[in-house]
Amino acid sequence: MDRIPILKLRDLLLVSIQVDMHDRLAMQLQDELTARISETGARGVLIDISSLDIVDSFIGRMIANIAAMARVLDAETVVVGMQPAVAITLVELGLNLPGVRTALNVDKGMALLESATPDVEDLPDADAGHPE
Amino acid sequence: MSAATEAVISRILKTNEADLLDEWLKEQLTAFRAASKISETELRGQSKELLSLLQQATQGGHVTDIQGPSFGRVRDMLGDVSRSRSLHGFSPSETAMFVFSLKRPLFVRIRNELSGDADQLATVTWSATELLDKLGLYTTEVYQKSREEVITRQQQELLELSTPVVKLWDGILALPMIGTLDSARTQIVMESLLQRIVETGADIAIIDITGVPTVDTLTAQHLLKTVTAARLMGADCIISGIRPQIAQTIVHLGVDLGAVITKATLADAFRRALEMTRQRERVLKPRV
Repeated sequence: MDRIPILKLRDLLLVSIQVDMHDRLAMQLQDELTARISETGARGVLIDISSLDIVDSFIGRMIANIAAMARVLDAETVVVGMQPAVAITLVELGLNLPGVRTALNVDKGMALLESATPDVEDLPDADAGHPE
Repeated sequence: MSAATEAVISRILKTNEADLLDEWLKEQLTAFRAASKISETELRGQSKELLSLLQQATQGGHVTDIQGPSFGRVRDMLGDVSRSRSLHGFSPSETAMFVFSLKRPLFVRIRNELSGDADQLATVTWSATELLDKLGLYTTEVYQKSREEVITRQQQELLELSTPVVKLWDGILALPMIGTLDSARTQIVMESLLQRIVETGADIAIIDITGVPTVDTLTAQHLLKTVTAARLMGADCIISGIRPQIAQTIVHLGVDLGAVITKATLADAFRRALEMTRQRERVLKPRV
């Protein structure tokens, strides 16, 4: 069974979508990602969709939903590496993904996340109030 | 049509070749000022070639069947002539006159030849007319076709010309748009811009519409789509060079450009882009 791996890198979660997204996979990703965010207390989520060349309205909406959910869970979300064809399709579908941060590649996405999330080292007691 | 009639045309063409050529040339030179666009020697060469080809073609009968195999070389020759004339700026009628001006000299010869036989004279004249008319129309057709080819090629070139994406600075692309934007063009513009963003990894794209004369709702919507698509990929867009009239139109049309950065000139947009990248570097550098 296909599964999209969620990697934890320091206080960020990395999701790289390397397979064709189908509806069940997207739902599963939504479940697992939200669970992992609350589990790990991640401050940022980076979703790499550079290998995704086909989207439909459902997948587009799932991407927007996942980003919105992560934000609600206090994790900044960046969607990186969207292909031109995918971007055009989403725009034509009227899915502008408002509020979702985007970056050209993983490198820039990481930089954006690191600048957007407060540095853990600057706030040594940031985890103190976190129930673990 | 009897074989005798067909033989007459071929025979006349053969026996009177030199006279026909001279008179035909004279006709052509008076019919239109060919000399200004084509030299007399060249014209003579072309006329002579066509006469001898015609003579060969009519030899085997089927005088008016210009699509037939016997007229293959005549068609090729006429095609070449009318193509080259269309490129040299001849008008369609001037091109067709090349063939039609042969009528008078040829008819005079036919009349001399068959002065005693009115019936045959009429038949031969008729078939000669038919032949020359068909050939004349053929030249016009080729002329038209070669013009259409030119137009198609120019359209293609215009399409390619009009959508250059230039790199202004490290991480800054510019897209100077010129001419009216229709759906097909905007699609190409959008695709080439997004493709270049991927290739160069540019963060900022400046869309300059100084050369766009008018904007309607469709164009504005296309622009917005391009900006949104670029943002989805992680690049920011700045629109520059909006003319006063266009600004009025956009507002009257109720198009919301709210989320898009707009600047008066390309220079302003470039300055803003530099500021944005510098800002970003200042924020990001210590951590990256």
